[in-house]
Parts: sequence; C-alpha cells; structure tokens
Amino acid sequence: MTSQYTKSKDRLPRRTRNSWVWFHRFGSPSYFYRMASRWGPRTGWCAFILMIIGLYMGLFIAPPDYQMGDSYRIIYIHVPTAWMSLSVYVLMAISAAIGLIWRMKVAFCVSRSCAPIGAAFTFCALITGSLWGKPTWGTYWIWDARLTSELVLFFLFMGYMALDRAILDRKTASQATAVLSLVGLVNIPIIHYSVEWWNTLHQGSTVIRMDGPSIDTRMLVPLLITTVSMNLYFVSVLFYRVRCELLDLERRTQWVKEVIHD
Amino acid sequence: MKAQRKARMLIVAMVLIGVSISAVLTLLSLNENINLFYSPSQVYAGEIPPDTSIRIGGMVVKGSVDRDSDSLKVKFDLTDTAKVVTVVYTGILPDLFREGQGIVVSGKMKENQFHADQVLAKHDETYMAPEISESIKAAHGQQSIESGYEQ
Repeated sequence: MTSQYTKSKDRLPRRTRNSWVWFHRFGSPSYFYRMASRWGPRTGWCAFILMIIGLYMGLFIAPPDYQMGDSYRIIYIHVPTAWMSLSVYVLMAISAAIGLIWRMKVAFCVSRSCAPIGAAFTFCALITGSLWGKPTWGTYWIWDARLTSELVLFFLFMGYMALDRAILDRKTASQATAVLSLVGLVNIPIIHYSVEWWNTLHQGSTVIRMDGPSIDTRMLVPLLITTVSMNLYFVSVLFYRVRCELLDLERRTQWVKEVIHD
Repeated sequence: MKAQRKARMLIVAMVLIGVSISAVLTLLSLNENINLFYSPSQVYAGEIPPDTSIRIGGMVVKGSVDRDSDSLKVKFDLTDTAKVVTVVYTGILPDLFREGQGIVVSGKMKENQFHADQVLAKHDETYMAPEISESIKAAHGQQSIESGYEQ
C-alpha cells in the first residue's frame, strides 16, 4: 500500500524534530492513512482473540453470582460497551476541538468516524442493560438518572450524525458538529456520577471506586479482558473508517492516486 | 497564526465553561426531581404531597414479609433504618425480592399504608461467588449480608 512518494514526504529532517513533531505528523493525511492501514488489522485480530478468551473465562470459568446466579454474566458485554460509549464520546469531542483549534482535517475525520461507532456502543449498552433489568429489577426500563443520561448520550451521537449529513459543505459541517460535540461533553460526568449524586435504581460503581473493586477477582479478570478487547476493536474499526474518510477527503491528491493504483 | 490559534482555544474553553455552569445550575435546581425515590423518613417528614403517585426506596425489614395464603397479596415493611413504612402489594415480586434487600416501590399512601402498584428490586454493586457469600454468612453467625440499600 505504501509508496516511495508518501514515505519521503513524511520523513522530516532531523533538525526539525522536536517534542511536538509527532503531533503535527498525525495531521498529515498520508501519514495517518499509512499508520491506520498498518494498525487497523493488527488491533482487530488482537481484539478478536482477547474477546474469545474473555468471554470463555466470563461465561464458563467465572463463578455465578450469590444473588443473581448466571444472569449477571451479561456484564461482560454490558459494562465494556457502556464504558466505551463514554470514552468514544470523549475522543470524538477532543478530536473535534483539535480540529477547531489547529484546523486539522485529520482530526475532523477521526471525530466524525467516532460517531457511528459510539452510537453502536451506546445502543448495545442500553439493550443489554434492559435485558438484564427485567429479571433483576423487574422492569426493562426506568427513568432514573443513569438510564436517562445514557439515553441522552445515544441521542447526542445520533444528533451529531444527523447534523453532519444535513450540512453539505464539509468544512461547515465539521465546525457545526464540533460545537455540538463540545456542548454534549457536559453529559459525560453526569452519566458517570449520576449514581452518586442522585438515588437511582441502577447500582453504584463496582470497579472504579475509592475502596477498590467490590467484585470477585475471578469475575473481574474476564471483565478487564473484554474491556481491553472492546478498546482494541474500537481502534480497529475507527482506523478503517478514518481511512475511508481520508481517501474521500484527499481524492484529488497524488498520494491517494498512488494508493489506489498500488 | 499563533494568536489566532490561541483565540480559538479560548473560545473552545469558554464554550466548555459556559455549558458546564449552566448544566450545574439546571441540575441543582432540578435536584429533587431527578432523585428516583423518597426515603421513608421523607414520607414521615411530610415532604410528599397527598394523593400523588410516588416512589419509596428502602430495605425490606427482616421477618416482616406476610404473604396471603390464597392470593398474590403481600404485605411488608420498608425502612431506611430510621423510619418504617408498611407496603401492601398484589402481584408477582421480582426474583431478587427478599428480606434485607433494597427495593423501590411505586404507588400511593392511603391510611398510613403504602399501596404499591410496582415493586422493583435494587441490585447492589457487589458481585460475589455463592460459596464466599456462604462463608461470610457462617462467620457472622447466620447473619445475612444481603444489604443492598445504603442511604
């Protein structure tokens, strides 16, 4: 995939290398494209292998819960997707801010590639939580602070995508969605602390708490493995999406022509 | 160029600060309405308007569950360790409903009894293997550790 042209263009002379060069290098579409092509498949395979290990450990080796029995095992999907929904949103907003401040096109590409993936994670978290809620709580849905704020997050992702597609001019669309994602950023701490600030039906944090995780280690290890796997899966899918975005954005440039001819 | 970038950074920071402040003010003023349930103490303090449907959260008092022998009617006491509210309910209880468990009931207060139309079990943040739960129980002299409700 790579060519002599793109390689020579991105290699910077030694004397210009300083602490911020790595940052500006990510701003080069051809450099980012090459990096994403290299790491997309690798992270994808790692995610696949870790997910199989994590799910096997979670579903077959970890002991049942003393109260819920086996139904708690949905946390091996529910918790990682819920965490991902938050971190994907934060990444989407940060890269949008970088795009706004440094006028970096690659950052906008990353930001708009995050939206559908984040929406999918949020959707999975809501659905799996609802399926767990019926046998445990006795209801599929309740309008408590945690569930409602997570639903708002889903609408933020959907709103981002709708706004992005509604504006035809690429630059205007990027700036409008960047502002939307920055405004929506306030929802992230609300989701995380909702179970502490108000009384809710959703339980408090199990893993991230001051006095250490209140979960059996044999249950925690598979959860951490599926979480790492979900992160790698996200990176992999993000890189595939960003590559498509970059090819479309730079379709008239020489490096894209070379990539396509290779 | 550099000054422009700084100005843009300032605008982004201002947007974030402005939105945060307005969110904090909104949430503070809505505070009572965001809470999912009242506690039995709040019910006794007269904070609940009469004849409105509300939710009460608390722990089922041990030994208070009284099931009707030929219907789905059940009566139990709900406490926040300070005050006790008696709840009557007709219907199927969730799997996690048990004595000492944190639950949320919705319904209306009528003649010092709470007539519930929905009973939800609140799960706590502790995940434990059954054998460990058993050994803790044994160590505490058959005392139940199922305390899902904290206030």
